[in-house]
Amino acid sequence: MAEFTIKERRQIPRHAMPTQDPLERRTNFGEVALGYSESEALEEANRCLACRRPTCVTGCPVGVDIPDFIVALREGDLDRSVRILKGKNSLPAICGRVCPQETQCEVQCVLAKKGEPVAIGRLERYVADWDLQRGAETPQVAPTTGNKVAIIGAGPAGLTCAADLARLGHKVTVFEALHNPGGVLVYGIPEFRLPKDKVYAEVGCLECMGVEVVTDVVIGKLFTIDELLTERGYDAVFIGSGAGLPTFMRIPGINYNGVLSANEFLTRVNLMKGYQFPEYDTPVKIGRRVAVVGAGNVAMDSARCALRLGWRRAKLEGGQPPDVHIVYRRSAAEVPARAEEVHHAREEGVIFDFLTNPVEIYGDDKGNVRGMRCIRMELGDPDASGRRSPIPIENSEFDMEVDQVIMALGTSPNPLVFRNAAGLERTRHGTVRVADAETGLTTKAHVWAGGDVVTGAATVISAMGAGKAAAADIDRYLKGEKAEAE
Amino acid sequence: MLTYLPSRRSSITRWEVQVYEIIEKQVFSDVTKMVVVRAPEVAHKAKAGEFVIVRVDERGERIPLTIADFDREQGTVTLIFQEVGKSTMQMGMLEVGDGFANLVGPLGHATEVENLGTVACVGGGVGIAPIYPIARALKEAGNYVISIIGARTQSLLFWEDKMRAVSDELVACTDDGSYGRHGLVTAPLKEVLEARSGEIQRVWAIGPAIMMKFVARTTEPYGVKTIVSLNTIMIDGTGMCGGCRVQLKAGAQFVCVDGPEFDGHLVDWDLLLARQSFYRVEEQEAVERWQQLVRLENVA
Ligand SMILES: Cc1cc2nc3c(=O)[nH]c(=O)nc-3n(C[C@H](O)[C@H](O)[C@H](O)COP(=O)(O)OP(=O)(O)OC[C@H]3O[C@@H](n4cnc5c(N)ncnc54)[C@H](O)[C@@H]3O)c2cc1C
Ligand code: FES
Repeated sequence: MAEFTIKERRQIPRHAMPTQDPLERRTNFGEVALGYSESEALEEANRCLACRRPTCVTGCPVGVDIPDFIVALREGDLDRSVRILKGKNSLPAICGRVCPQETQCEVQCVLAKKGEPVAIGRLERYVADWDLQRGAETPQVAPTTGNKVAIIGAGPAGLTCAADLARLGHKVTVFEALHNPGGVLVYGIPEFRLPKDKVYAEVGCLECMGVEVVTDVVIGKLFTIDELLTERGYDAVFIGSGAGLPTFMRIPGINYNGVLSANEFLTRVNLMKGYQFPEYDTPVKIGRRVAVVGAGNVAMDSARCALRLGWRRAKLEGGQPPDVHIVYRRSAAEVPARAEEVHHAREEGVIFDFLTNPVEIYGDDKGNVRGMRCIRMELGDPDASGRRSPIPIENSEFDMEVDQVIMALGTSPNPLVFRNAAGLERTRHGTVRVADAETGLTTKAHVWAGGDVVTGAATVISAMGAGKAAAADIDRYLKGEKAEAE
Repeated sequence: MLTYLPSRRSSITRWEVQVYEIIEKQVFSDVTKMVVVRAPEVAHKAKAGEFVIVRVDERGERIPLTIADFDREQGTVTLIFQEVGKSTMQMGMLEVGDGFANLVGPLGHATEVENLGTVACVGGGVGIAPIYPIARALKEAGNYVISIIGARTQSLLFWEDKMRAVSDELVACTDDGSYGRHGLVTAPLKEVLEARSGEIQRVWAIGPAIMMKFVARTTEPYGVKTIVSLNTIMIDGTGMCGGCRVQLKAGAQFVCVDGPEFDGHLVDWDLLLARQSFYRVEEQEAVERWQQLVRLENVA
C-alpha cells in the first residue's frame, strides 16, 4: 500500500456517513446511518496522522488506543484492529453508533483544529461490525481466581464492569430486571439508531468470556444486596442499575389517556417491539398530533419513533401523516440532544416549538387527551446549570390541539435496588453516594456503583468508563483480600 | 445456584428464552385456568398480595398476575387467569410441561396483615384467586374472616371450598342466580355492614375494577377502610414506565411499586376504568388475528 505523507493525509476530505433518505426512512425502522463501505473506511483511516502523543485518546472515557486501531485497519489487519479496540472497549459496535464523539475523542483530534476531525466513531463501527459479521472473536480470559462478583443491571455500566472482571478471571453474574439485557440500549434507544441484534451479539461475546447473565431478577425484591453479599456468597457487588424512573410534570390533566412517559412509549416500541404489532403482542398508539415535551436525546428518539409509526399508519391505512412537535421551554441554543439527532429529526419532519411550556392538559369525557395549554417563555439570567433560565411571559397562554403527549423530562434512579442494603447512602437526587469518585466505591463495604445510578442520566460511554474504573478497583480489592487471607 | 439458569450459545442474535415450567394445570371453566409454575426463588420470597409478570413467548406482552398461592417446598407459584385477550388465550393453551418464557417477581407490596378483629374479604370472578392468600393470612393472624365471593355465573365460580376453609363465614353469589345467592357481591356486603355495624374493621376487595368501585362505594358510608388490589396495564412492573399510574385523591401513584393495594376510597375509579380500556381496539385486533391463526392450525 502506498505510504502517504502527512500533507497528503491532511488533504483527504472527511467521508460523510451514508444515510437512508429522510423521506424514505421516516416510514421504516431500518438503520438511519448505513455504515462505511470498505473503501470509504480505508480512505477515512488514511486521514489519521497517527500522532505519537494522541490527544484523541484523552477524550475517550475508556481510553481506546485510537490511532493504533485505525493504523491496523488501514494496514488491512482487521484482526489486530479488533483486538486493540476490544482491549479497552467491550461494546464497540454500540459505541460506534451512539457515543457523542463530537464532544469526546473527535473534538480532541488535531485535524479538528484546522479542519474536520477523523471520523473515529464511524471507523470504530466499521471495525466492530466486521468482527460481529465474522462471528466475533472471544477475548482472552485469565485463569479463574475463584472470586464471585454480582453485577446489578445489564446496561452499559454493568456489562463493561462484567467484561473487565471476567477477563481478569473472576466469576461474574449479571442480574437484570427486564427480560433482555442491554438497559437503555434495548429499551430506550430505537432500532433505527442501534439495531438490537448488535446489542445482543455484543452481550453474547461477554457470555463467551464466561459472564453469566440472569434476566428476570429484580434486586431489592427477589434478592437484596445484603443477601448477595451473605447467603449468596458474592465477594463484591457492582450497582449499575441506571436512572430509569420517569418524571411527570406537575400540571393538571397528566393522567389522561394518551399522556405517557417517554420511557413507556420507547419501551413499548423498542423492548417490546410494538412497532411490529400485531406480530409482537404489545400495542403502541400514535396520535394524529403528538407533542413530545423536552429536547434531550430521549425526546428526539420519542419524536422520531412517533413519526415513523404515524407515517407507516398513513401508508397502510391512508389518511394524514402525523404532526409531531417537540415542545421545549428554552431556545434552540440550549437543546441538550446531540446535534446530529436534532438534524436527523428535522430532516424527517419533526416540528420544533421552542420557548414553549405546557401548563395544563385537557381531556374529553372519555378521559382521552384532546389538547394542551402552553405558555410562551423568554430567557432570563443563567441558572445553576449555566444555561439561561426560562421565564414565562405573562398572558401568553395558547392552546395546542394534541391527542398524545409524551413526557421526556429526565429520569432518576429506581429506589428498589436500595431495599435492604444497610449502609448504602444516597444523595438527595436519589443517586448513590460514592465514597471515592474515581473508583465508584460506595459508603457500603464491598459495594461499588457506576453509570447513571451515580451521575443521573448521562451517556453510554461515561457509564462504561465508570464500569471499567470500578472493575479495576474491585480487582485490586479482591487480590488484596486474597493475599491477606493467605 | 439458580435452578432456572438459561443455557446460552455464543454470538446469539436473538435472545434465547428460559422456560418456567408448568407442572400442574386446572381448567376451572372455558375461560378460567389455573397453572402451577416452577419458580423456586420467587416462591421462596412470595407473600400474599404480591404479583408476578409473565411473558408467554419472546413476542409476548408482559402480563401482571397476582400470586394466588405459593409452595416454598415445591418451589412453585400458582397463577389463575381469565382469558380476556390474545395473551391470556395463548396462556390458556399451555399444558403441563410447557412453560412461560419469562416470569419475574415477586413485585409490589405485600398485604399488611395484622389482627384487626373482624374483617371481610370480597372476591369477584378471577379476583377470588388473589383474595384467597390474603384471607388465609388474615385468618392465620387471628382475625374473624367473613368472605363473600361472586361471579357472573356458576361456571366462573371456583375455590369455594378453599375459601371456606380459611373463612369463619362465607357467602357465594352469582349475578344470574345459577348458584348461591342471586345478585352482586355488594348486596351481602351491605347486609354484613348493617348487621355488624362497628364490628367490621376492614374490607379487602379484589375483582374487576367496576366491582371494586362499587364495593368501595358500599363501604364508604360506614367509614370502613377498604383495600383494593388494582390490576392496571403494566409493562416493567418496577416503576420504570409509569403506564400503571392511578389517580388518588392526593396525586398519582404507580400501581406496580406503590401498590398494588390502595385505599379504595381514594381511587379515581372513572379515570382508572378509562385507562384500562385504552388499548381496546388493538386488543380486539390481536384476538381476531389469534383466533384465525388457531383455526388455521386446527385445519392443517
Ligand atoms: C432514549 C434514550 C436515548 C439515549 N441516547 C443516547 C445516545 O445517543 N448516546 C449516549 O451516549 N447516551 C444516550 N442515552 C443515555 C445512555 O443510554 C445512558 O446514560 C446509559 O445507558 C447509562 O447506562 P447504565 O448502565 O448506567 O444504565 P442503564 O442503561 O439504564 O441500565 C441499567 C439496567 O439496570 C436494570 N435494573 C434497574 N434496577 C434494577 C434492579 N433493582 N435489579 C436488577 N436490574 C435492575 C435496568 O433494567 C437496566 O437494564 C440515552 C438514553 C435514553 C433513555
Ligand atoms: S408498570 Fe411500569 S411503572 Fe409500573
